[in-house]
Amino acid sequence: MSVDTERTVVVTVNGVPREATVPVRRLLSDALRHDLGLTGTHVGCEHGVCGACTVLVDGAPVRSCLMLAVQADGHAVTTVEGLARDDGRGGWVLHPVQEAFRECHALQCGFCTPGFLTTIAAGLHARDSSAEITDEEVDELVGGNLCRCTGYANIKKAVKHAAAAMAEDAR
Amino acid sequence: MKPAPFRYADPGTLDEALAVLSGEGEGAKVLAGGQSLLPLLSMRLAAPTTLVDINRLPGLDTVEATGDGVRVGALVRHAFLLHDDAAARVQPLLARATANVAHAAIRNRGTTVGSIAHADPSGEMTAVLAVTDGSVSVATPSGTSDVSWRDLFVGPLETSLHGPAVVTSAFFPAPPSRSGTAFAEVARRKGDYAVCGAAVVVTVDENRRVTAVRAAYLSVGLVPEVHDLTDAVVGKPVDSADWAAAGALARTLVDPDGDLHASADYRRLLVGALTERTLIAAAAEAAGRSL
Repeated sequence: MSVDTERTVVVTVNGVPREATVPVRRLLSDALRHDLGLTGTHVGCEHGVCGACTVLVDGAPVRSCLMLAVQADGHAVTTVEGLARDDGRGGWVLHPVQEAFRECHALQCGFCTPGFLTTIAAGLHARDSSAEITDEEVDELVGGNLCRCTGYANIKKAVKHAAAAMAEDAR
Repeated sequence: MKPAPFRYADPGTLDEALAVLSGEGEGAKVLAGGQSLLPLLSMRLAAPTTLVDINRLPGLDTVEATGDGVRVGALVRHAFLLHDDAAARVQPLLARATANVAHAAIRNRGTTVGSIAHADPSGEMTAVLAVTDGSVSVATPSGTSDVSWRDLFVGPLETSLHGPAVVTSAFFPAPPSRSGTAFAEVARRKGDYAVCGAAVVVTVDENRRVTAVRAAYLSVGLVPEVHDLTDAVVGKPVDSADWAAAGALARTLVDPDGDLHASADYRRLLVGALTERTLIAAAAEAAGRSL
């Protein structure tokens, strides 16, 4: 059994297999930013409270600051950079949640935004879009992320907006 | 901050894990979900020399619910247990408490057994293990043994387990028949550590009179404690027992500390209020089950 201080890992990030050799103590958040250059994932508190660094690991929201990069070996990670879709004509189509954030003015400084977007996108994809989202569901969905600018009102409005848009798309 | 340097192994079998733990010595630490351990590392409150990641160990990701109780494997995530209907039917406190564990993103990765091995007196699952009179199964190089919650918790973040050991599962016994359970906590933000919380079990006899009341608290005391509140309401009809009296009794039995978030007096007040509130809910459930 090897006991290592450094390892080479292969992680499928936003659909693309990426390889990096990292010290075993490197957090997934830092590996994404420093080793792979994906600086969309923001690092706030670095102990799991603020939610800014939330990414999707195998589709489920996870704090990337509470996971070692070596633990992501062989798994699929979606960062905020992976939410928008290629429109096939050289441009990008924002994810409905991103569109709703823009529409509802759900961000001000933008620091917490990547964590909100990944969390909300996964949460809305996981639910039955035909049922109208309740205030309780919205609170539960965004309750693990801190925002110091908006007061949350517009973020919650954006969640409802995105949920309605995704229900429309699914119809 | 970043974790201090450490060595890392991710063994594929339990024997390998125990061998690495033995070889690496006292400074080695088991890593499962990491949702409590990694913050400690990043804040440099802990600096193990070696992390032995058990996420690749086979057979530890199952929940077994039988009439006797629920056995939760060491790699079962909170989110999985929260949605396990069979487990919730056998021991309803599991889902009720797990719903209060942190936020969804933490529950997706954190493990129920890991939070018990972490032995945090403000953890939900330590209190549930205590109030259900549960135990953990511990693998060491010399064999496997069951350790009762009473012998497990030694102090805040400290268990009686020393040397190479992996907690492979936790067992939560089913409540006695004609029982009801409830769980509630008060936190400054939903999902944050509880300022105070209560897990209770109320049992009645065939005449719907109260025979037993047990309560365990979160963030009260250095280790999980179970308090017997039966005396306050024993023999009373479950529909009209004085649950406020049980809350008042609980206030006299606990000895909470004050900290930045709540004074000791406020915590004692919460113990009384949460006790009464949870006992009313548990009594209603016990009444429903004794018809």
